[in-house]
Amino acid sequence: MTDQKINRREFLKLAGLGTAAAVIAAPKVGEVVGPAIRSVLRGSAHPGDSGGGNHRWLMVIDLARCDGCGACTDACSAMHMVPTGQEWIKVYKMQHVTLESSYFFPRPCMHCDNPPCVNVCPVDATYKRSDGLVLVDQDRCIGCRMCMAACPYSARYFNWAEPPHTDQELDQDYSVEMNMPHRKGVVEKCLFCPSLTKQGLLPACVSGCPMGTIFFGDENEDAVTNSLGETHRLSELLVEGAAERHLEELGTEPRVWYLPPRTMSAETQSEVNPAPHQG
Amino acid sequence: MTTTIAGSSKKATDGLATLNQQERTLLAPVVKWGRGVYLTIGALGAIVLVGIYAYFVQWRTGLSVTGMRDTVSWGLYITNFVFFIGISHVGALLSSILRLTGAQWRHPITRMAEAITFAALLMGALMPIIDLGRPERVLNLLLHGRLQSPILWDILSITTYLTGSTIFLLLPLIPDMALLRDKFIQAPLWRRWIYKFFSFGWRGTPEQHIRLERAMNAMAILILPVAIMVHTVVSWIFAMTLRPGWNSTIFGPYFVAGALASGAASVVLAMVVFRKMYHLEDFITVSHFKKMATLVLTLDLTYLYFNISEYVTLAYKMELTDKAVLTDLFSGSFAGMFWLTQILGLIVPAFLLVFSMIKPITWLKRIRLLRPIPLAAAAVVFLTASFAPSLLQPLTSLNLASLEFGLRIGAIILAGLFAFSLIPWLQARPIVLFVIAASLIVIQAWVKRFIIVVPVLEHPFLPNTTLAEALYRPTWVEWAITAGSMAGFLLIYFFISRMVPIVSVWETLHGRKAAEPVQGFGPALKQPATASSPEV
Repeated sequence: MTDQKINRREFLKLAGLGTAAAVIAAPKVGEVVGPAIRSVLRGSAHPGDSGGGNHRWLMVIDLARCDGCGACTDACSAMHMVPTGQEWIKVYKMQHVTLESSYFFPRPCMHCDNPPCVNVCPVDATYKRSDGLVLVDQDRCIGCRMCMAACPYSARYFNWAEPPHTDQELDQDYSVEMNMPHRKGVVEKCLFCPSLTKQGLLPACVSGCPMGTIFFGDENEDAVTNSLGETHRLSELLVEGAAERHLEELGTEPRVWYLPPRTMSAETQSEVNPAPHQG
Repeated sequence: MTTTIAGSSKKATDGLATLNQQERTLLAPVVKWGRGVYLTIGALGAIVLVGIYAYFVQWRTGLSVTGMRDTVSWGLYITNFVFFIGISHVGALLSSILRLTGAQWRHPITRMAEAITFAALLMGALMPIIDLGRPERVLNLLLHGRLQSPILWDILSITTYLTGSTIFLLLPLIPDMALLRDKFIQAPLWRRWIYKFFSFGWRGTPEQHIRLERAMNAMAILILPVAIMVHTVVSWIFAMTLRPGWNSTIFGPYFVAGALASGAASVVLAMVVFRKMYHLEDFITVSHFKKMATLVLTLDLTYLYFNISEYVTLAYKMELTDKAVLTDLFSGSFAGMFWLTQILGLIVPAFLLVFSMIKPITWLKRIRLLRPIPLAAAAVVFLTASFAPSLLQPLTSLNLASLEFGLRIGAIILAGLFAFSLIPWLQARPIVLFVIAASLIVIQAWVKRFIIVVPVLEHPFLPNTTLAEALYRPTWVEWAITAGSMAGFLLIYFFISRMVPIVSVWETLHGRKAAEPVQGFGPALKQPATASSPEV
């Protein structure tokens, strides 16, 4: 009996020491082993990802200017050789109720700051970058389409079959910033054209819009520009234009702002027409 | 087994001569493989092969051969996935809950339930992989798995449940495997090897019995939270999105209730089939069916309650985002399926099961107007006439549309009265009644999964520019794979029932004598296995 007791005590002591050692050592071991395992398993993180740099890209779309011509979609499709049937920036004609006036609503990927698609991706194929972009790694995507179910903006498309290719497209080296050549069985979407913004150019849809509807810029610089060369201070444009984000109530925190089809900011209106009860 | 190859039966009985009559009945399907066995395996195998061919087509061309497109990006495969995982819950229900609550009557049916769990989980786990655009990258789930994703939760819980269920299937098989190892010496070599391996050196010592009981008790407790978790996270595939119609807090318990109802109903069907096919009338009695009926009724009503909770709370308010999906379900293109699941799939089975529990309603027979055959004939006449109302129109002052409507309503009422008039007939034939009720619940389960998946995807937040984009029509590839998976499920199930006795021999025949430890599994197990009276 005593032997057993001592044994048990010793065992508990050892077990306690072992546990303590493990708790202390685990993070250290993890620091060494974790990246090692990761580098073995994952190889390079995402092919062609040059990192976000010190930017916070965003878009402001002035709905009052959009005439629904679809030039943005065409410019995008040309630039990315988007497979037929997909519209990475899609122009919806919106009318919620019959008495409401209808308007055109260009919808790129919203590059949400709380992206539902990234949250549900099981393999880290779609991810959020420091410059605000949500990108898709078609080398890793398994095609489960959970992100498509999760996206409230229907911004994601799937290559249901092998997309039709051109030689020019096939010549490209695949990168997450270009998503070409296009692949079968994976998800694609609007990228905010990191390959162009790297060169100081506007995304294809922005420069392709004849009306100057779409403004693009860097939140850190507090400035946005459109195809007509108009540059605004972002913070002023958002306030004066009474900007809002689509489906704000879902908490996705999109990086695309919309100026309503009419300018009806509470601030500007109160200057013209002071509210009666205040006077 | 009805078809027996002459001679083989004699040879088989030789090795089993020491068994008593009951044991022989239970082992008969295992030791006698007639022509029917090979025919069944061949027929089911053929359907599976068609499914495999369809998958080969899909592998080569891509998911474009399915009806899924960017708007409805999930379809039959995900429907089947949720259906199979749902059915699989019955193992945990019968083996675990009934064991822990000490329901002795469960003995002859637990293995049926566990085998359903095993087969359904294999097929269910296959479905999301078939649904992948890049199945060859499935290992990315392990290499790059992200725990934030509900898909990872699914993988973890389903593999855990599959492991646990397999252990739970194998543990109570050990003594029966040993029985086959010792008695069925004429078995082919590969089967002898299987029996030897899976009896894990069982000699039936009291020590081994105690250890087995203890292991089974531990499994019963461990498997329960896993089972609940599995279907909860399956529902969270949907509920973790913002989509109206899926964005619901009750999806976890809602799906668990539906899973248990469909699983219990499928066991009732298995009981009927095996009882008839393997002549198990002595072991699976009407009393077993009645107990199962109580269970199915409870689960059916629970699921109905969850349906009401989910739809009434949304429909009362009719928030704009929910409205499109709800109107499509209540009165739109999915209305037929929706009301079938609710009325024919849940309410009618509930009534049927209640009728099986109450006194026979004999007075119904005395009402001449409520005779089944004339009512059925009248319903058919009304329905036929409703397709050609112009023939009847001269006789009435009604316009064509209202005449057609009236005739259809008449047909529905007559069909209802026909069903009502069948009550005394069904009450006299409880097994038929159970088959109808259970079949309706199982079919309901599949259709309900379909209308949980598809209508929601057809109504995204942003409107579709064309209706055609939103419509989902499954293609032959999807139907073939679905049929293949159902056949695969039946094939595995049938094969298990031919490899081992589908009614546990030692638990059913000897388990009644053994003490059943219910509360706590320490001291109770150490008592000699004598006292305890069998529950009738």
